[in-house]
Amino acid sequence: MSRNVLVLADLRNGGLRNVTFEALSAAKKLAEGGSVYAAILTGSGAAAHADALAQYGAQKVFVVENAALENYVPDAYAKALEAVINESKANVVFLAHSAIGRDLAPKLAARFGAGAVSDIIGVEVDGGNLTFTRPIYAGKAFTKNVVEGDLVFATVRPNNLEKSEPEAGKTAEVVNVSVELPADSLRTFIKEVVKKSTGGVDLSEAKIIVSGGRGVKSADGFKPLQELADVLGAAVGASRGACDADYCDYALQIGQTGKVVTPDLYIACGISGAIQHLAGMSNSKVIVAINKDPEAPIFKVADYGIVGDLFDIVPLLTEELKKALA
Amino acid sequence: MNIFVALKQTFDTEEKIVVENGSVKEDGVRFVLNPYDEYAVEEAIKLRDELGGQVTVVTVGPERAQEALRTALAMGADEAVHITDEALLGDEYKVSNVLASYFKDKEFDIILTGNQAVDSGSGQTAVRLAELLNIAHISTITKLEINGTDVVAHRDAEGDLEVVGAKLPLLVTCQQGLNDPRYPSLIGIRKANKKPLETPSAGDLGVDASLASKASVKETFLPAAKSAGRILEGDNGQRVTELVNLLKNEAKVL
Repeated sequence: MSRNVLVLADLRNGGLRNVTFEALSAAKKLAEGGSVYAAILTGSGAAAHADALAQYGAQKVFVVENAALENYVPDAYAKALEAVINESKANVVFLAHSAIGRDLAPKLAARFGAGAVSDIIGVEVDGGNLTFTRPIYAGKAFTKNVVEGDLVFATVRPNNLEKSEPEAGKTAEVVNVSVELPADSLRTFIKEVVKKSTGGVDLSEAKIIVSGGRGVKSADGFKPLQELADVLGAAVGASRGACDADYCDYALQIGQTGKVVTPDLYIACGISGAIQHLAGMSNSKVIVAINKDPEAPIFKVADYGIVGDLFDIVPLLTEELKKALA
Repeated sequence: MNIFVALKQTFDTEEKIVVENGSVKEDGVRFVLNPYDEYAVEEAIKLRDELGGQVTVVTVGPERAQEALRTALAMGADEAVHITDEALLGDEYKVSNVLASYFKDKEFDIILTGNQAVDSGSGQTAVRLAELLNIAHISTITKLEINGTDVVAHRDAEGDLEVVGAKLPLLVTCQQGLNDPRYPSLIGIRKANKKPLETPSAGDLGVDASLASKASVKETFLPAAKSAGRILEGDNGQRVTELVNLLKNEAKVL
């Protein structure tokens, strides 16, 4: 059964996130003779991204450029994506499971009276139907879900769907969609955006995460972890214990409350490994644990463990990696 | 102010998940008020104490879910509504439509919910509800200020902070960091246990009998068990050198 699959480009700080390419790669497999489209909703600068979207499989790129889309405002984004869905006759709409996508998908699904599946880590065609795999209980278990109807929304977890090779030189037709978004039709407005994300590496998309727990002992204690992260191009995360103790911002929290992450490499420093934390990271591909307590549950999920003081081990590791990666 | 909280009962986050006969086993599991919904209940009570009015907590869920309502009552909510008709349980599409039926003849200034439930983790139902009620929403808030009908909220947008303005009526979904939920007092618990719950049926709510879930679960499974790995031996220098070597050549993640 052929279907048109539309992928909403996920932009952060002006750049396309990898999850957009991962979703396009999946879309190519699902279209079965239908079309693969991408949508860009933004204040300005959409044209810069069209080629990259084409190279990962978008046959057409629908663009809504409007000053009201400079920041994420649910009413504005919903109206813009609604117009693109209608114009493209999409049957499946993929969004990133991000600050924007996880908010926008249910809003539009409700508007269209459609079903939706959130935070998918896999999708396959099974006898004409799409089957979506997603975590429940933050990854303690998984379900395979089917959704009825000729329009389905899905949000995609970064780092899980396989990204195909881009086809160099490929371009796509750009379709400009114009949408009226007068300020008085938007019921929320952004007064200010405070950029707090540190170091620039995005926790949910990071290939490597260096994470600290109570063993880090203070806000200052995160410094050696940040230095290690800098050498690896990694993001810094934390356990609930570290956040509750005010060593770091809740935005860094990984676990059943907090973010669920699946990087290639997760380095847990001074984290004991409470079940809530394990739920948020144990599906990482390779796990390294550094902890003083040999009995810490984190060692049960770690591929490589070092029993020792993180304040001795982490700086040594940073130096060794500097040499190895030089 | 008419303040409502839509909440859910979930597994305690300490619980291990056991899959039996194709679904998650509930026997012997400790259930709690969804941790994110605790922030919503706490914020609702604070708003009422500051601005006056009433806090009503609502859930759609099986019989056992009344315990979550009683927790909210014990914390200080005034009224509780338990939509427990089995014909009304289902996916986010269905439950949000059931809730919308409940709210359609209610006067409300603000609806608060958790930003997601720790079981399904979808975060769909609240946003869908706002859309169905044709009101604005602000999700994952870490601060809320109300002045007359003007609202300013802080929204956690993947670590960045958005200061968002809106007007009542409004729906907000609550994020960790918004407040420190209180523990119910003994007197609160005693009073909550005696409080009658409102239990409207599908007919009372005027839910369309044809309302059915769109999404369904075909299969539930556990991740492959992870075996404990290797504990490295030697002095610190040796172990760190070995680790880098393993990450580079065995795990190939560098």
